[in-house]
Amino acid sequence: MDFAFFLIQLLNGLQYGLLLFLVASGLTLVFGIMGIINLAHGSFYMVGAYLAWSLSSMTGSLTAAILLAIPLTVILGMALERLLFRHLYQRDHLYQVLLTYGLILVFEELRSLIWGDDVHGVAVPALLNASIPLTDNLSYPVYRLAISGVCLLLAAALYFLIQKTRLGMMIRAGASNRDMVQSLGIDIKLIYTLVFAMGIALAAFAGMINAPLSSVFPNMGSQVLIICFVVVVIGGIGSVKGAMAASLMIGLAETFGQVLVPEVAGMIVYVLMAVVLVWRPQGLFGKA
Amino acid sequence: MSDKGLPPNPLPKEGGDIGSPGSQAMAGPALGRPGDGAAEPILRIRGLTKRFGGLVAVGNVSLDLHVGEVHVVIGPNGAGKTTLTNLLSGDLPPTSGQVMFEGRDIAGCSADHISRMGIGRSYQKTNIFLPFTVFENCRLAAQSRTPHAFKVFSRAEGYGEINRRATEAMEAAGLAHRAERVAATLSHGEQRQLEIAMCLATQPRVLLLDEPLAGMGPHESQRMVELIKKLTAGHAIMLIEHDMDAVFALAHRLTVMVNGEVLESGTPAEVRSSPAVQLAYLGGEELLHD
Amino acid sequence: MNSRLTQLLPWVVVGVLALFPLVDSPFYIQLMTKVLIMAIFAMSLDLLVGYTGLVSFGHAAYFGLAGYALALMTPKYEAVSLWWSLPAAIGVCALFALITGLLVLRTRGIYFIMVTLAFAQMLFFVFHDTKLGGGSDGAYIYVKPAMKLGGFELVNLEKADQFYWLALVLMAATYLLLHRVLGSSFGRALVGIKVNEHRMRALGFPVFRYQLASFTLSGSLAGIAGYLAAVQYGFVNPEILSWHQSGAVLMIVILGGMGTLYGSVIGAFAFVILQEVLSNQAWFGIAAKHWQLAMGIFIMLVALYLPQGLAGLARNFRSKPVAEAGDE
Repeated sequence: MDFAFFLIQLLNGLQYGLLLFLVASGLTLVFGIMGIINLAHGSFYMVGAYLAWSLSSMTGSLTAAILLAIPLTVILGMALERLLFRHLYQRDHLYQVLLTYGLILVFEELRSLIWGDDVHGVAVPALLNASIPLTDNLSYPVYRLAISGVCLLLAAALYFLIQKTRLGMMIRAGASNRDMVQSLGIDIKLIYTLVFAMGIALAAFAGMINAPLSSVFPNMGSQVLIICFVVVVIGGIGSVKGAMAASLMIGLAETFGQVLVPEVAGMIVYVLMAVVLVWRPQGLFGKA
Repeated sequence: MSDKGLPPNPLPKEGGDIGSPGSQAMAGPALGRPGDGAAEPILRIRGLTKRFGGLVAVGNVSLDLHVGEVHVVIGPNGAGKTTLTNLLSGDLPPTSGQVMFEGRDIAGCSADHISRMGIGRSYQKTNIFLPFTVFENCRLAAQSRTPHAFKVFSRAEGYGEINRRATEAMEAAGLAHRAERVAATLSHGEQRQLEIAMCLATQPRVLLLDEPLAGMGPHESQRMVELIKKLTAGHAIMLIEHDMDAVFALAHRLTVMVNGEVLESGTPAEVRSSPAVQLAYLGGEELLHD
Repeated sequence: MNSRLTQLLPWVVVGVLALFPLVDSPFYIQLMTKVLIMAIFAMSLDLLVGYTGLVSFGHAAYFGLAGYALALMTPKYEAVSLWWSLPAAIGVCALFALITGLLVLRTRGIYFIMVTLAFAQMLFFVFHDTKLGGGSDGAYIYVKPAMKLGGFELVNLEKADQFYWLALVLMAATYLLLHRVLGSSFGRALVGIKVNEHRMRALGFPVFRYQLASFTLSGSLAGIAGYLAAVQYGFVNPEILSWHQSGAVLMIVILGGMGTLYGSVIGAFAFVILQEVLSNQAWFGIAAKHWQLAMGIFIMLVALYLPQGLAGLARNFRSKPVAEAGDE
């Protein structure tokens, strides 16, 4: 493996990891703050990708599609929180699992009814449709770099939001002590709605920006969801920092695994998870 | 206070000499001082410490429990009494220190292991199996003493020995007439009694009782005090309690904890007359009314 | 209800079910066989969810593993003996459950759900990405296992009615086994762990060992169901251990009423029949193609409004004034 090839894989791994982070961070926040397990989280990734595809084929521009789709997914997230998830906060995890499993079936069938079951490609925006040559015959697409850049920006914004703002303080307080927050007169319901919608928008956004690379296909949400579960388990529930570390770890492990040991690449992440479970069952950044 | 470089018991009054003759023995427990001096303590705690991050919840605590004695631990809320109980019962692992039970160090052993060795505990917040009957609560507790070689086919009720122990424990705790009641429907006081009955059904030699009187009315309290008195023979009891009448009715030995550390330890009379205790905890009055 | 009657009822039900092949329609016999298989599968999961308090979302792993074990044990053109292939398949599942149990039982709650799902998914990729079981296409079992006793063919598994009876016997056996286990002191300890794990530990129960034993038994029993399913369909592919399968069986347990073994049987019947009805093109035409939409909505409604399942519904009908705390 020469250096340019290694560099490409490294960048691919980081890009994949950062994308996973977008999906997993929402998942881990919803787990950590509301105590909800949402199996349908991956469906929002799929919804994002399909929105990007259908809106960009209408408007002719992926950027326009994304700008249109983000408010749609935020509204979808808020509506679902108000109508459905709100009833689950006090319920046993068992029923959360069951309800969100039902929700997956509903989303998949609605997707099939609205958009059909075909695989679709999405064009890379013209502005970013270029490659950086590395050697005579190897080059790296600008679009992938752009994705990584956007993900890093969002991660930084998320960090700032949670650590430095008043809203973030309420979110952190709400995670540790719901009653205290309420007695301080903070509207915990509003916080929950916002966090849930944010998590869903992040997942959907990940689906949108990745659509040109992954293409758009049925059941694309499930694959992402299960990998994100592994991310959350490795990183520790509720820890955004842990989600970042675990996402990058898994992104790199899977990318290099596919190059070096393609037969068992699909299993590497699970082996990684098993190792973490033996070593630190609460996850790398989880509280004991 | 730093716990490094200090002897286990920083206060001069206490020390290894458990048997210092408590001359002016108070109108105290009927059983006198069976654990006096010569007998080895069944549980010997030395320098037990638990830190949560920077916070020292229990710092350098040393005390002994003897069979036939009630050792009462008092102290203001947040003094670390329940944490101490949790360290002894294995619910929490200590940061450092020794807990010698019959000559072996059990500090850091798992809760189930410690229970099987013969140290039983009750909880401050009632911790029972609410959907089960009183009998089934006690039966499960008694069952825990049988070897865990999963007998998966013979019916649970088929074990006469277990049933007998469960019934005995119910009788001892005065709950026999409630055997078939679902635990969730018991009164608060009865639930506290059940808590003790379950503890007894495990046939412990050391009993760690965390505020058994909490939330009880005067009548129920009196019954519980009688029960604990009865249990003193044959058990080493560590009792955490706020009710001072009960404390002085039961205590052979008294330890005052403040901020996670032992402020004073000795016979009730010694503790009563300790200036440090009067200043720091009792406000100079409460214990001196007689 | 009269306790004598309650004791007899399961046998009456089995007796009635035994007469079902009289309908003489292979289609309905096969459909009912599927119900029986799913009932075994659901009872095995109920041991975990309803009695041990462990919500596994990866139970299809053991179901699928047994199916693959049979496929791999069956020679291409001849029958494998059921006498050793069934125990072997169960053994493989027990071993895998024991190993995964050692890992997953280090976690609780949400973690446990995710980790069981992840390990099932790992197994999915093992069979999907490697050639071990024919990759994503799966593998065929051309000849069904033989059940011979001294040269005499005891049960012909190729015949729909005889296979049905075998499934019925195994379901009854699974019920009986679990009934005995749950009535034993071991079973009582499991329920104690479900109700108050912390207190069980304080009483001196080695909780982890109990949970591991329950997890292993549960995985082994799921293996019986998976073996039978593979025999019925004559092929296996990675879909049988997909998470949709895990979700379906969890749905059956809750629909029937968790913590009641008979609920799992009722739930299996209701679920399989509902699935059959919703996907019936003659009745629903084009909508039948999207039957999962109706199923998804149905599942959500059950989760929201029928948490105690059909068994709970029946209980409420029988005794109007519900005691403050049930005895399950």
